[in-house]
Amino acid sequence: MIRALPEIESDLLVIGTGLAGIGAALFAADRGIPTTLVGMTGELNFASGLLDLMGIHPIAQWRCWNNPWAAIDALLRDCPEHPYGLLDRSDMRTAFQRFTSFLGDHGLPYHLEPEANQRVITPVGTVKTTYAVPVSMLHGVAALAQKAPCLMVGFTGLKGFSSRQIAETLKDRWPAIGSCQIPFPGMSGELYPEHLAQALAAPTVREQLAAAIRPHLGSSLYVGLPAMLGLYDHGLVFREMQRLLERKLFEIPTMPPGITGLRLKSVFENELPRLGVATHFQQKVLTFEPRGEDGFLFGVGTQRVEWRVRCRGAILAGGRFFGRGLRADRTGIRETLFDLPVAQPARRADWHRSDLFDPAGHPVNRAGLETDSRLRPLDRQGRPAYPNLYAAGSILAHQDWTRMKCGAGLAITTAYAAVKALVGRGA
Amino acid sequence: METQVLIIGGGVTGAGLARDLALRGIDCILAEQRDLNAGASGANHGLLHSGARYLASDPGAAAECRAENALLKRLAPHCIEDTGGLFVAVAGDPEDYIADFPSRCERSGIAAEALDPAAARELEPGLSDRVIAAYAVADATIDPFMLTFDNLAQARALGARVLRFTRVSGFELAGGAIRSVALNDETTGGRFQVRAQLVINAAGAWAGRIAAMAGIHLNMLYSKGSLLVTQARLNQRVLNRLRPATDADILVPGGTVSILGTTSVRIPDPDDLRPEVDEIDRIIEEGAVMVPELKTIRYIRAYCGVRPLIGSTGGGDDRQVSRGFTLLDHGADGVNNFITITGGKLTTYRLMAEKTADLVSARLGVTAPCRTAVEPLPAAAADRWTEPGLTPNLWVRRNDPNDLLLCECEMVPMSVVESVADSLRSPDGPPFSLKALGLRSRIGKGPCQGTFCSERITAHLYQSERFSGRDGVSNLRAFLTERWRGQRPLLWGPAMIQYELQEAMHCALFGLELEDHEQSGSPADDPRTA
Repeated sequence: MIRALPEIESDLLVIGTGLAGIGAALFAADRGIPTTLVGMTGELNFASGLLDLMGIHPIAQWRCWNNPWAAIDALLRDCPEHPYGLLDRSDMRTAFQRFTSFLGDHGLPYHLEPEANQRVITPVGTVKTTYAVPVSMLHGVAALAQKAPCLMVGFTGLKGFSSRQIAETLKDRWPAIGSCQIPFPGMSGELYPEHLAQALAAPTVREQLAAAIRPHLGSSLYVGLPAMLGLYDHGLVFREMQRLLERKLFEIPTMPPGITGLRLKSVFENELPRLGVATHFQQKVLTFEPRGEDGFLFGVGTQRVEWRVRCRGAILAGGRFFGRGLRADRTGIRETLFDLPVAQPARRADWHRSDLFDPAGHPVNRAGLETDSRLRPLDRQGRPAYPNLYAAGSILAHQDWTRMKCGAGLAITTAYAAVKALVGRGA
Repeated sequence: METQVLIIGGGVTGAGLARDLALRGIDCILAEQRDLNAGASGANHGLLHSGARYLASDPGAAAECRAENALLKRLAPHCIEDTGGLFVAVAGDPEDYIADFPSRCERSGIAAEALDPAAARELEPGLSDRVIAAYAVADATIDPFMLTFDNLAQARALGARVLRFTRVSGFELAGGAIRSVALNDETTGGRFQVRAQLVINAAGAWAGRIAAMAGIHLNMLYSKGSLLVTQARLNQRVLNRLRPATDADILVPGGTVSILGTTSVRIPDPDDLRPEVDEIDRIIEEGAVMVPELKTIRYIRAYCGVRPLIGSTGGGDDRQVSRGFTLLDHGADGVNNFITITGGKLTTYRLMAEKTADLVSARLGVTAPCRTAVEPLPAAAADRWTEPGLTPNLWVRRNDPNDLLLCECEMVPMSVVESVADSLRSPDGPPFSLKALGLRSRIGKGPCQGTFCSERITAHLYQSERFSGRDGVSNLRAFLTERWRGQRPLLWGPAMIQYELQEAMHCALFGLELEDHEQSGSPADDPRTA
């Protein structure tokens, strides 16, 4: 006997739960569109929390920009096919503002300088150019800019984070930077940022930690710590630690996966349902049936189809290889759900350059979906593959987000544009 | 510096020679332009041949392999996994070659036991169901790194000196002899000279360049061979294709992986080798004929080495050129204290060292006999960490919660990283590097190919004050760049996912691609100049 699978209806299905997917769900909810969001949330765990817009262009010349909008102008002069070329500038600003203010409303405040990038310290002691910075990292931007007396603190047992590494790497141009490594109060063995954050929920642990750091403070005005100052109670933990230490604190993102991604994820997991988005995390869209102007019937489940969703429009934000939106075989690159054509180098031998750090970047990074001006992916004839299918985020072709430093910007702004295009069409 | 014998080349031949000479009481210095086993000694199958591979092409080399195989199994068992091997033919393979195999084995004294195909597949379930003939032979696997390190460890203990990252820049010739050898310290840029009674050219693929410095032309051929490492071990025994040698004929198990190869591609220059995409695809297609799972399994890494061959052939397959070794006394060329040892193979390294040391002894008037054919090779404690599976075992047994695993793929803990790091520290030695650590341990050799462990280890090396200043940036770049050579042709399926994560972490977040000192032509608005 064939049992009918449960079926739900939704105006919009968003496929993918990375920054582009959650962004699209947020922007759709803002417009009152009944929205369903489906995807595995693993990818977001790897987010540093820093939201890039545009940093480096041309990448082959390592040219780093103070003004991301000027960088985008230069980029589009040289690479007009970059997805930013499809977007309206004021929409891009609106998208960023909305995305960051939403996070701020739910305990994860961000700071951005509308016309300028900011520089933050990475866990290997390099300096990264980014756009929107979590407020918990903001004092680091100021400390670095002023080369102010600063103490980096690390914890014994927290792998991949050495306060001495950061200080040593920066000391040439920042003589007033110092470091210490201390045991985290009451813990030994291997430490994880999440466990430290949980421990810091207790006021006594915060006091013990402050007491352990205090002897090392010296004349430091700033104190840098690995990102671990609280998860859900992040703001409180940050303020309390700052009060106890009487110094300006800042967090440094840790090697992924860290707590910075977890914070983003928890805001969206908690808040999107409150906005009316039907979220189905840890599930995958496995099958689809196009229904012409009526949209799609999608099959969703973990291993096999367990339920179906009938929707008028869909936004494909499945990410690239890491997000499983694209798949590389020995013979070529494919889009995993619709088998949409993927713009890509002609041969596998051309995917990657022989030097890993070749300043020109690897051609495969620019492979992806080509779209029309409304972000609808194209079929093999160059026409929109489906009238109501849109694409957003890193799955789009002709960008190299890791080298251009435009990942979050691409996700957020194309998600916004896809939702707007879909509304415009009256899906 | 002065010594009796200067050995040029820190591969297994040079290392074996240093040990042989040291055991005879002869003082020597070994100079290596890069790190130990940087050439073919570190880029091969790790196969201890039974000799059966060379039966048809080179019966002399086959007999040498047979004898050395038995000897090394007895004297260096800690470097060897005595897996045994099979030669198998698949439907369509040349029948006359299959038919001649047993008699050829007999003529060369190589034991080969006929198995019926079903029995062979029972022993090795990964074999294709199209196997039509099978023979069991005495192949085994050997760890070429452990072998080189252990030879040098004993040589050092007996007084030999080893100079890594030390490049020969020229010879001072006078009166038909090399009066002194000019050397460059590649890490400090310093120059110095060594005066030696005899100079031995054991530079492998670079032997032609060394000889040219003495005005001697060697007709070197360079044959590149590429190999692939699988994520899991597919076979218990060495599997050889029973046919005239061609691409992807051998699958060698090694610890927790299998190694498939090789190709044979004539190249003009032994430097800057990379396995290429088309070679890799050819290896996989061919290998899968014998072991079908090779078509779908995940590959962790590709690498390649250069077979240094001395030949006079104008063309044809380089496999036809002798795999036997060549010992040349350049007295005949007018330089009477200069000797070249080249060609050969890993299996016969000891014999090559013995024959060279015999010649050296005769020239120096030393009568002490060779002892490497009777004396076991001692295992040095500090260099055991290249053995797959060893560090996880020790780590589990030791059970110290503070001994964190810095490389989680290969389960290499902090204590091992520290022990290897300390073994590399010497007052005038080259600076310690992540790459050197990689050569002497399993770090970065698992599925993540160094994405995570590179920074975890770097952080630990800073915190333990082994790194300072900007060592981290340069070491991360160098280590990942080295890993990349072996990753690049294999980036499909899960490896592409891993690549993307590496790109996201090391470029998008760390910005390592922007940290290039030589070319930091920074524009005015570059924050790095701020």
